[in-house]
Amino acid sequence: MTGGHVGRRLAKDAIFKGVVCLFAFLSLLPLFLILYYITMKGISVINWDFLFSLPRPIGEAGGGVVNAIVGTLMLIVLSSVISVPCGIAAGIYLSENKAGKLSNTIRLSVIVLQGTPSIVIGIIAYLWIVAPLRTFSALSGGVALSIMMLPVIIKTTEETLKLIPYHLKEASLALGVPYYRTILKVILPSGISGILTGILLSVARITGETAPLLFTAFGNQFMNVNIFKPIDSLPYRIFYYAMSPYPEWHSFAWGASFILVVLTLALNLIARGISVKWKIQF
Amino acid sequence: MEDTVLKVEKFSAFFGDNKVLKDVDLTVRRNVVAALMGPSGCGKTTLIRCVNRMHELIPGATVTGKMTLIDEDIYAMQPIVLRRKVGMVFQKPNPFPTMSIYENVIAGYKLNGIRMAKSELDTVVERSLKRSALWDEVKDTLHRKGTFLSGGQQQRLCIARALAMNPEILLLDEPTSALDPKSTSQIEELFVELKRNVTMLLVTHNIAQAARVSDVTAFIYLGELVEFGPTEKMFTVPKDKRTEEYLTGKFG
Repeated sequence: MTGGHVGRRLAKDAIFKGVVCLFAFLSLLPLFLILYYITMKGISVINWDFLFSLPRPIGEAGGGVVNAIVGTLMLIVLSSVISVPCGIAAGIYLSENKAGKLSNTIRLSVIVLQGTPSIVIGIIAYLWIVAPLRTFSALSGGVALSIMMLPVIIKTTEETLKLIPYHLKEASLALGVPYYRTILKVILPSGISGILTGILLSVARITGETAPLLFTAFGNQFMNVNIFKPIDSLPYRIFYYAMSPYPEWHSFAWGASFILVVLTLALNLIARGISVKWKIQF
Repeated sequence: MEDTVLKVEKFSAFFGDNKVLKDVDLTVRRNVVAALMGPSGCGKTTLIRCVNRMHELIPGATVTGKMTLIDEDIYAMQPIVLRRKVGMVFQKPNPFPTMSIYENVIAGYKLNGIRMAKSELDTVVERSLKRSALWDEVKDTLHRKGTFLSGGQQQRLCIARALAMNPEILLLDEPTSALDPKSTSQIEELFVELKRNVTMLLVTHNIAQAARVSDVTAFIYLGELVEFGPTEKMFTVPKDKRTEEYLTGKFG
């Protein structure tokens, strides 16, 4: 009841707030340090030659990562082509059939798949595609990455569609619109921003994956656009340059890292923009 | 009997083992407003949801008995064919959020993949919006999203969407219960206007609304059709004691 008590409590309050702020700041620190470091080390390497020429053999100065950029873009397209239709369909199934044995099995599988180490997924893709075809290939890399994209797409599609009010579906069905058209023309368009956000986030997630590519896409010094041949990728190129004993190649690894980080950051920002801008008001 | 639009005979509806409608008999003639009133949970909404077979979308829901629209057995028709002939307006206004006002009105054609010339569509939109008394308010903003409208306007947009399909009967599931008094009276006036050439089945828990709008009234209590007859008669000299008690506010 005295002033002293209140003072102590206010002091505890202030300390608590201070500690929360401090830890929040500490958790942000690594991100900014990484961005700062990569920008400092990487940006000086970026120039026309680096972006648009092929890697040179050991001993020759210069060279670039154009094959890795093209390879990464191809892998993104390949894995999206496989995982987007499957993921959205599974998400629709889950939101339409909330209970039920199959739904629960899918949900559990998604969680397990999300926790599966990426290198294991790489081995699976090796067994499925690389071994039968007897060659490393862009296709096998795309398959490995698409398996990694699936959980994110399925989850975000399900969560988005679950939020769409039931009365919209009723409105459509009451007009005599068949079920499949109701889903395709009413429900999916209403959830488009959430679904697109999920796709972009899953792309951002796999863009930097290295492990599943080690024995699938493999890496390639040369330009390749054939999906049945080995292909280069930014993460693999970083790995390759960073493991070398040459200082110039080390700086190339930083340059490639910079491109990769900018790409992922851009994808995340676009996803954010879409989820805000295209949001549908019910 | 060609004047009869909807005929319900010995009709029962179930959720699992729970009988929510008990042997209902009802006849609705052309161009009248038939009101279904009764306390919450009495089965009135279930009854109209059986007319366009939305009831059966709920897992475990079943029906017995017969329903006839004009002279077709409702339960022998394909639901998607039936629902184009039976318009429905819901409790909460539900325009499609991805579509403009214009697209919402013709949603029944567009979503069903029925192709029509632009001029034809324009006519349908204008006629439907005029019939639902919304045209003057939205004729300059037809291509804005329907969700920018006020609640009452959204509900009239939903009525226009249902009318655009030229339904044989319009089902109204407590269409004004989510609206303010002014929008409510606007929509009630609209129903009185519409009944010259539209048959309507109106579910309401608002006794005064049934009295103001309808020609015939059905009183449903605990799944049973207690009384059905001309509105005036029922409100002045109810035959059943339960109807009298409900109308005088003893329960419900």
